[in-house]
Amino acid sequence: MAIDDRFNRELFEAEEEEGIRSEIITGPVSDWATDFSHLEPEWSADPYPIQDDLRQRCPIAHTDRFGGGWLPVRYEDVAAIAYDTERFSSRAIIMGNFRPPRDIAPIGGSPPISSDPPFHHDARKLLLSAFTKMSVSKQEPPTRAFCHSLIDAFEGRDVVDAAHDYAQHIPMRVIADMLGFPPEDGPQFRQFVENTLEGVNLQPEERIERMQGLFDYLLAQVYDHLDNPREDLTTYLINAELYGHKLEASHVTGAMALLLIAGIDTTWSAIGSSLWHLARNPADRERLVADPSLLPTAIEEFLRAYAPVTMARLVKEDMHWRGVDMKADDWILLSFPAANRDPAQFDRANEVVIDREVNRHAAFGLGIHRCLGSHLARMELRVALDVWLERIPEFTLADPAAVTWSAGQIRGPRALPLKIVRPGTGTDAAA
Amino acid sequence: MKLQINSELCQGHGRCYDLAPDLFGDDEEGYGQVLGDGVVPADKEREAQLAVANCPEHAIELLEES
Repeated sequence: MAIDDRFNRELFEAEEEEGIRSEIITGPVSDWATDFSHLEPEWSADPYPIQDDLRQRCPIAHTDRFGGGWLPVRYEDVAAIAYDTERFSSRAIIMGNFRPPRDIAPIGGSPPISSDPPFHHDARKLLLSAFTKMSVSKQEPPTRAFCHSLIDAFEGRDVVDAAHDYAQHIPMRVIADMLGFPPEDGPQFRQFVENTLEGVNLQPEERIERMQGLFDYLLAQVYDHLDNPREDLTTYLINAELYGHKLEASHVTGAMALLLIAGIDTTWSAIGSSLWHLARNPADRERLVADPSLLPTAIEEFLRAYAPVTMARLVKEDMHWRGVDMKADDWILLSFPAANRDPAQFDRANEVVIDREVNRHAAFGLGIHRCLGSHLARMELRVALDVWLERIPEFTLADPAAVTWSAGQIRGPRALPLKIVRPGTGTDAAA
Repeated sequence: MKLQINSELCQGHGRCYDLAPDLFGDDEEGYGQVLGDGVVPADKEREAQLAVANCPEHAIELLEES
């Protein structure tokens, strides 16, 4: 077995982390302006009316939950915070009941998403070339073939779950391939994603135990790559150098965790939300089937209107900011979805206009933390919708009440039963 | 008309080279680059304006040539 002293298993044993814990508060929200929670079912089911209401009357909402936090809902406020890395830190980017210690900055637990300047630039630079439009285009033919194979498996069924049986598998397969993980490990990835992003209100012991499962898995992958180096991102990160030294072990596994977690339910959500929209809006669906060249424009509109990703920041120091008194270590829930529906920024902000030509949306963030995987996500989304519409041009919601949405900062359908109408028959398929 | 990208503002979203591939390309890290001398042929003005209007970082300028 190849030896690399950096990856000593003892360094990765679960232990009570240093940092600040806050009281876990759950239950119905009394007033979204003063008690918001992105983990309550009302927010998951439909956050847009809540955001519209807050934009009228706050426009920066507050909560005492999670140890205190703020929710701006105007585009200009969201953009200002995304650009202001001097006053808002990325040392934690999942708003919950745990704040990592201040000395974890500027690196953070999962560079570069958790990093602040100046370290951020160098950590991000290591990964940029693997995620350019040209680099990710190599993934397009296998992604297209994989999408076809998922639809082949629908044979004989008239109702399929587009979130569970289609959307989730596409980013899992692509990121497993890029990291060099076994493709059959997909179902485990789903557990890791849910634990990280939706387990925010679990008790600390439970949360730490679940995170340990992720890091045990990543460490096993590192050991396998030390023994059998290959052309993938895991081997690349193990060998990568920064400032003349190989990366710290925690940087390697933190970046692997980031790519695994951030690459999956974001794209899964975007594919699912787009299919949900098309199932409910036959005119848009028919137009895209008739004119697939409109798809790239429509995709930008789906990304605007159903932006899956909300980020978080921590306030660095006490300050008065745009009318509110922020305290050091207050959370900012940085809602790109809310920014994307601000009528001050977009005409017909709450309508989905699939041929919207000017669409300066912020679905992939703004400023130095622009989503590293945006070109990959756009490719997956385009291929997933293109293949679906070619193979299944007619479909509707099988049961609107059965659609469920993920909780937390990544929003998309997690159950999406669709009824397939077979082409040529004009009637529902026989089972 | 001449195109210019402010590299201080560009974050590599790639909207310009998606929308106007005849006018923009990307470097090895995905940041946008104006192709050639940036002069926009008359039949490409619409693409140039689309790229300007869709840049999330407001990083592209379309300058009137003197």
